[in-house]
Amino acid sequence: MIDERRRGFLKGVLGVGVAGFALGSGIVPFRVEAATAPNAADWPKKAFRTPGVDETISELYGMDAEESDKISVDLPTIAQNGAVVPVTVETTLPNVTRIALLVAENPNALAASFKIPEGTLPFVSNRLKMAETTDVVAVVISDGKAYKATKNVKVTVGGCGG
Amino acid sequence: MASSIRVRAVQNGGVTSLKALVRHPMDSGFVKDSAGNVIPAHFIQVLTINHNDKDVFVAHWGPAVSKDPFLECRFEGAKKGDKLTISWVDNKGESDSTTATIG
Repeated sequence: MIDERRRGFLKGVLGVGVAGFALGSGIVPFRVEAATAPNAADWPKKAFRTPGVDETISELYGMDAEESDKISVDLPTIAQNGAVVPVTVETTLPNVTRIALLVAENPNALAASFKIPEGTLPFVSNRLKMAETTDVVAVVISDGKAYKATKNVKVTVGGCGG
Repeated sequence: MASSIRVRAVQNGGVTSLKALVRHPMDSGFVKDSAGNVIPAHFIQVLTINHNDKDVFVAHWGPAVSKDPFLECRFEGAKKGDKLTISWVDNKGESDSTTATIG
């Protein structure tokens, strides 16, 4: 009886030893979830809780945005389902570092904010919820200055579940 | 457990085009269930796309992003066969991550 337990114990120790060696030497990949999960510390909490487009832009970027015809906001003129409205933003403005999507009539205007590192194209496609017929505003930071373009969407069935 | 992230990255003429679909309820916190109770907000806050230890795209999402969010973005500097890591974390601290190879 004691022998059996010893055998089992020794097998366990041997198994752990082999596993430990394999993990330690990098033969077996060991994914640490915490290390690969992105950092939510710079998620702009206040900006996501601000109603109104101008106030949100101010909260997010600390400046006003001027209209630009170099930003293209592609979305349907009429959205049949306000819960899923595809939006694509692209711009020819230079040195873009940020893009934001705002839905004017939503309870909080900011829907999404993107960081565009160097080497990444100033392009993003996403799907947003819209509570009702609304202006959608794309804000782009180019050479440190904020620019915006607006497109109106008629929403037939509101996207907030109401 | 299967990943919540489905991704396809294709390289063409120096530009990698990435499309991702993430399975996530993206509950806004504004919707009530049939009993009249508010379904608490549960949505992805940050999603990153990483190539060779560099973030090539960072998305800060709020509850107005649709359920099962779709994302398309484009970037330079990567080649076919390179590996990308796509990760997200939500407002409850849950997270997921997956790798993809550029085709």
